[in-house]
Amino acid sequence: MKINVKHVAKLANLPLSQEEEKKFEKQLSSILEYVEQLNSVDTKNFEITSQITGLENITREDKTSISLFQEEALSNSKSNHNGMFKIKKIL
Amino acid sequence: MNYSAYTIQGARASLKKKHFSSTHLVKACIDEIKEKENLNAFITVCEKEALKKATEADKKIKDGVDLPLLGIPISVKDIYLTKGIRTTAASKILDDFIPQYSATVVKKLEDVGAIIIGKTNCDAWAHGSSGENSDYGPTESPFLEGYVPGGSSSGSAVSVAAQMCFASMGSDTGGSIRLPASFCEIVGLKPTYGRVSRYGIIAMASSLDSIGHFTNTIEESALMLSITAGKDPNDATTPDETVDDYQSYLKKDIKGIRIGIPKEYFAQGLDKRIKEKIEAEIKSLEKQGAKIENISLPNTEYAIACYYIIQPAEVSSNLGRYDGIRYGSARQNFGEEAKRRIMLGTYVLSSGYYDAYYKKAMQIRTLIKKDFDEVFKKVDVVITPVSPTLPWKIGEKSSDPLSMYLSDVYTVTANLAGIPGISVPIGLIQSLPVGLQILGPHFSEGKLFQVGKAILGV
Repeated sequence: MKINVKHVAKLANLPLSQEEEKKFEKQLSSILEYVEQLNSVDTKNFEITSQITGLENITREDKTSISLFQEEALSNSKSNHNGMFKIKKIL
Repeated sequence: MNYSAYTIQGARASLKKKHFSSTHLVKACIDEIKEKENLNAFITVCEKEALKKATEADKKIKDGVDLPLLGIPISVKDIYLTKGIRTTAASKILDDFIPQYSATVVKKLEDVGAIIIGKTNCDAWAHGSSGENSDYGPTESPFLEGYVPGGSSSGSAVSVAAQMCFASMGSDTGGSIRLPASFCEIVGLKPTYGRVSRYGIIAMASSLDSIGHFTNTIEESALMLSITAGKDPNDATTPDETVDDYQSYLKKDIKGIRIGIPKEYFAQGLDKRIKEKIEAEIKSLEKQGAKIENISLPNTEYAIACYYIIQPAEVSSNLGRYDGIRYGSARQNFGEEAKRRIMLGTYVLSSGYYDAYYKKAMQIRTLIKKDFDEVFKKVDVVITPVSPTLPWKIGEKSSDPLSMYLSDVYTVTANLAGIPGISVPIGLIQSLPVGLQILGPHFSEGKLFQVGKAILGV
């Protein structure tokens, strides 16, 4: 099985060097080959388990509490302006 | 001063009697950390903050304040947010990240007087089984030069094993507490999924992440869990389940306890010397009155494949938030293992492959969980090895990710089923430690301590 590393890297928004692309193509293919052993198990009538707690719709009281101040929220950003995160143009 | 003979409870008694001060304890730990700097157990040592806290603790002790961890130095894995103290997840992406708030568990521990002495090294983002994937260099085993201490909570295990602190908080997504505990001859607990809050701990794979700890003894492990466990409104996976009186289990013997031995965990691939050591322990438990039963967990062989689909899928989603805009640096700065898992996870979740990989793995997860549900109708706990091999040399497996992944073969099942597991030390083989794993049904941590105590003795 061949994994299209360039395409997956684009989906993951992950810049890879050419060297990394080559290395990952080989390593990921061998990992995928290993996990494909699951295909031999008949799971037709089995439910999925996405989490094991059995808990659903857990909510907490609708009460406001003090959250981060603006200055704190921005404290780890490398670029901000007038109390807001400053980012590069997207469009 | 030499405090290595003290447990947390013992040190607390001596603090109360003023045999020594918390400042003494903290200084002794800092000295130990400095002397064994070559092990690379810490990413950040909080010397100034810890000494300040120790002075405060000493004042409280003088005033007669009595709290379970008052004045006791502990460490936390560097994926726990600590307000005002750098938190890196051992990744260069977060090299200069200073959290604005602390994890629920950090708060709980500090509320009962614990002093955080430093942030321990680990595999970056908790991805790994050996500690070698840290962007800050590998942690080394305190037992044999050039060997791995196990991972991903490598520095946490070493900090306790090498007497740099009394206990350490780690995280276990596929074995990251139990494996290093086994490789470092200490006790490592992975509680039931949801028993301990994950709030403020950098997420790896959210449906598998368990928050646990390392200690030298079972008694200390029980004490730590009684502090960290419980419902947290900030983590919707923590149930309203009462926290057991774990100490009460330490007084019970194991007469009549039914212990299951799953044949799949003792099959080909397990080092014979480890097998013999575990079988000797099982015999001794039988002598103490436990009933030993041979059982089967038939879907064990699919566990690693199942885990290495679900876990990277969740990793790729959780690491999607690191875009370098609000904090941290750009995505190309992820280390190799993080990149590999992001790629693998993105692939198994991508259009056209989701059903074949991710959905299939979630169905297999149901089978693995059912295996345990069935077995726990017949036995109280299950005993298995922790690792199929002894600790390996640094570098030995780093070029072959799949062989590294396979070292988690006996531990990932507990994360997939959400059940608790504990690793207890059972001695050395050629100077390298061996651990034994006890697994139980959901919220049976008390039973794990009970059986663990029978193994370690008094």
